[in-house]
Amino acid sequence: MFRNQYDTDVTTWSPAGRLFQVEYAMEAVKQGSAAIGLRSKTHVVLACVNKASSELSSHQKKIFKVDDHIGVAIAGLTADGRVLSRYMRNECINYSYTYESPLPVGRLVVQLADKAQVCTQRSWKRPYGVGLLIGGLDESGAHLYYNCPSGNYFEYQAFAIGSRSQAAKTYLERKFETFVDSSRENLIKDALFALRETLQGEKLTSSNCTIAVLGIGEAFSTLDQETVQRLINEFEVVGEDPPAEASAAPDQSDGAEPGPAAAAAAAAADDDDQETPAADQGAAPMDI
Amino acid sequence: MTKQQANWSPYDNNGGTCVAIAGADYCVIAADTRMSTGYSILSRDYSKIFQLADKSLMASSGFQADVRALQKVLAARHLVSYLSFIYQHQHNKQMSCPAMAQLLSNTLYYKRFFPYYAFNVLGGLDSEGKGCVFTYDAVGSYERVGYSSQGSGATLITPFLDNQLKSPSPLLLPAKDAVTPLSESEAIDLVKTCFASASERDIYTGDKLEIVILNASGIRREYLELRKD
Repeated sequence: MFRNQYDTDVTTWSPAGRLFQVEYAMEAVKQGSAAIGLRSKTHVVLACVNKASSELSSHQKKIFKVDDHIGVAIAGLTADGRVLSRYMRNECINYSYTYESPLPVGRLVVQLADKAQVCTQRSWKRPYGVGLLIGGLDESGAHLYYNCPSGNYFEYQAFAIGSRSQAAKTYLERKFETFVDSSRENLIKDALFALRETLQGEKLTSSNCTIAVLGIGEAFSTLDQETVQRLINEFEVVGEDPPAEASAAPDQSDGAEPGPAAAAAAAAADDDDQETPAADQGAAPMDI
Repeated sequence: MTKQQANWSPYDNNGGTCVAIAGADYCVIAADTRMSTGYSILSRDYSKIFQLADKSLMASSGFQADVRALQKVLAARHLVSYLSFIYQHQHNKQMSCPAMAQLLSNTLYYKRFFPYYAFNVLGGLDSEGKGCVFTYDAVGSYERVGYSSQGSGATLITPFLDNQLKSPSPLLLPAKDAVTPLSESEAIDLVKTCFASASERDIYTGDKLEIVILNASGIRREYLELRKD
């Protein structure tokens, strides 16, 4: 009821102590196509669904190399993601130049979070509309972090963001305890399975997903289409049985974030057009 | 009242010599490993050769502190464009040697009014896999050549390379390429001869010779002991 009075700019609190603009920005992340990250002690795997806005166009790039030891997968407004990736690359390059050693992931994550926080406390700015899954390697091993538009960041063993990510999270919650000591191949296999969950019946092929790996002794790289298809065939990940939790409704609020009603999604800017019966029918196919 | 001159210079010359030779499908870049100041030796084992990208190596003589700073700046500038390149074009292709040559020129000219005291020779393979060598002055003027020498021994080595490698009159047909017809092993032997001779007469050249050979199969290093005096 009072929502519309207090959601005009990011510097206005609601009586309940919420910043609606920030929450709307988190909603933009949920509308993007899925991105998944998993880590073991030695490797991190990032996987995402490729959504092309039409058959004529190529799909948006969602996984970026930041440095040999850091990669990022995004969900939400790709343009924001691209700009933040450039920022991260520059930070890594400058750190390497000054200290002749790779930027520790934890530091980069905090720098990003602080950057995001600034946009939640300036009346002339808006929050970044992108969630970042950052996989990186440093002296203490492999790490996976999630950075929100709100300026919060969390470390995860495995996580999924974007649309229909709840299905992937359910799969990951079942299996995450095995990830710590998982081999590189099994980690990729789990990523593919988790990704398949988000497709909800649609066949998983190398043309609708992207996988990237980094690990001890292995610089960040995106696997090429042939390798991915071979892995899909090997693990027989092709959509055999759609998961039992395949509900018609898209994933509603997740436990971690406060969830505004789906109707608010229509208010959020620049959403991808999904087949799911969400509130964003007829929204312009702009970003993923 | 004579004008007061500076009694401190920001520059020093650490001596040494660099050579590069381009072949049909290889490139040889070589430099001695002696670092000196005045009449003293600072190190007998200091490398002047730096890999800038997949297919580009730079050998620099002059003031090694400026050389090191230049190497770092180039590495960072290469990464900026390399990473945005792979973003746009989605393949893991590094900068080609001619592109790196332009980048080096721009980086040097950027400091036109407080130059890097570095005399560079850039060697590598171009996008067709042919050897290429670029030679520079301290402020970025450059030219693609078939061979080049820089540093304290350059005055001794360049005339010898001209004698051995310089293509005959440009009036002769068919037109000769910038690239030497020598085979890889012949070029390596030639380089060794150059340095052995230069070490005899140039006090700043000697100790050890580092040779880097770049070809389609990758990168390889060879070393040769030189006179220690």
